[in-house]
Amino acid sequence: MGRVMRRILVNVMWALTLPALLIAAWWLVSDDSTSIYSPPLRTILRTFGPTWDGDRLTHDVVPSLLRLTAGYLLAAVAGIGLGLLVGLHAQLRATLEPVLEFLRALPPPVLVPIIMLFAGIGDTMKLIVIASGCLWPVLLNTVEGVRAVDQVMIETARSYRLPAPARLRHLVLPAASPQIFAGLRQALSIGIILMVISEMFAASNGLGFAIVDFQRSFAIPEMWSGILLLGLLGFVLSMLFQLVERRALAWYHGLRASRRAS
Amino acid sequence: MSAARRAGLGLCGLFGFLVLIELLPRTGLVPSAYFPPTSRIAVALWDQVLQGSFWSALGDTLIAWGLGLLIAVAGGVVAGVLLALVPWLRRFTASTVEFLRPIPSVALIPLAVLLYGTQIGSTLLLVVYAAFWQVLVQVLYGVGDIDPVAEETARSYRLGTWARIRYLLWPTGLPYLMTGIRLAAAVALILAITAELVIGAPGLGVRIAVAQSSQAVPQMYALIAVTGLLGLGINLGARAAERRLLSWHQSVRGEAVV
Repeated sequence: MGRVMRRILVNVMWALTLPALLIAAWWLVSDDSTSIYSPPLRTILRTFGPTWDGDRLTHDVVPSLLRLTAGYLLAAVAGIGLGLLVGLHAQLRATLEPVLEFLRALPPPVLVPIIMLFAGIGDTMKLIVIASGCLWPVLLNTVEGVRAVDQVMIETARSYRLPAPARLRHLVLPAASPQIFAGLRQALSIGIILMVISEMFAASNGLGFAIVDFQRSFAIPEMWSGILLLGLLGFVLSMLFQLVERRALAWYHGLRASRRAS
Repeated sequence: MSAARRAGLGLCGLFGFLVLIELLPRTGLVPSAYFPPTSRIAVALWDQVLQGSFWSALGDTLIAWGLGLLIAVAGGVVAGVLLALVPWLRRFTASTVEFLRPIPSVALIPLAVLLYGTQIGSTLLLVVYAAFWQVLVQVLYGVGDIDPVAEETARSYRLGTWARIRYLLWPTGLPYLMTGIRLAAAVALILAITAELVIGAPGLGVRIAVAQSSQAVPQMYALIAVTGLLGLGINLGARAAERRLLSWHQSVRGEAVV
């Protein structure tokens, strides 16, 4: 027991030393800073609490997160659904491939001005922007994943006369899921970018709006606290994603580990 | 399916896509004020191509993209190799890398505005931050993939640091590095256009923003199509470079047979 405890302790030490050193260095170097652009860390942390109080959380942070969640889920469902359809039909795939490649290559932020034209600057616009930016990585990765399903397994399933829905549910989806998750991971970081951009472009609330607003009114410590919050949000979302992925793909990681060991 | 048939179907798809965009606004299914038909976008595009300022904007975008990518790749490779050669350093920095990597680079937009205003520096800051992690993480994956037997063989032969980098690290890591560069190149373009669009740093993004605010809708679509073609060119170029450089590698040789 003592040895296990000590090992955990050593690991925690390894993980925390550098971040602690960096924060300490930031604190010390910036402590007597008089530059308006880089206020002391002490000031930034002191403004963090009052800046992101309950009022701002409900007005800016929660709406941002809701838009992100809704847009992301929409893109995930549509992307996987369409991806299965396109991936399973070779002719359809060959026909649509160049168009899809072009749409994927479009830098997602340029969608903002287009979608603003017909959806205005409300929540609908942000939702469509996030969804249409996140769609392509999910869609194309699903297509790739479906295409790479073991041909022998598909033929086996056919010979056993597995009905199509069962084939989809028990063979195609699981086999493509590692690739689908790779697409979902890309889509998540694009979604966060689009959430912030669409709010910076045109909005009256939201995290991106608040941060730009601070910057424009030269409320620099508040702006820094916003950057910290956004960074923290990115970190937490990526942790959550890893958690979900590890659960959903537990069988896959286990399989790979055992193959590597043998 | 034969390659010719695939190409034919792909062309049909592309043609159908263009016809669809032409017909939807013409038939009034979507308002043509918002969705100009293909022909009007094409005319606007031709208009742009004839203007010198379009080419200088394209040049600005490409310079910011290329310079940012170069800095990110150089930094990512140096940092990655360093972390690979010194095991304790990797353990020491792992948590910090895991924390800094998912921070969305758009969070740095206000900072970039304060530091550099609408100069190219703003674009570079965002591009380098976003692309650096893509490269670093792939290099670290690549280094982690070194065959233990090869590693021990190198040790038994007492290969020096440089020989280990040249004969062990480089061939194992190169495929991962190429993947990292391909991903970084795409991300760098996204961030370059974003910085120009939101901050106003010189480049295609600014022209899109100007076209949007002056209600020049077909011009806006034309410029957006250019960014898409740029992205497509970068993707295809990166994949071709990967195939050339890695023609000896199993993943590429394996693909060629299928």
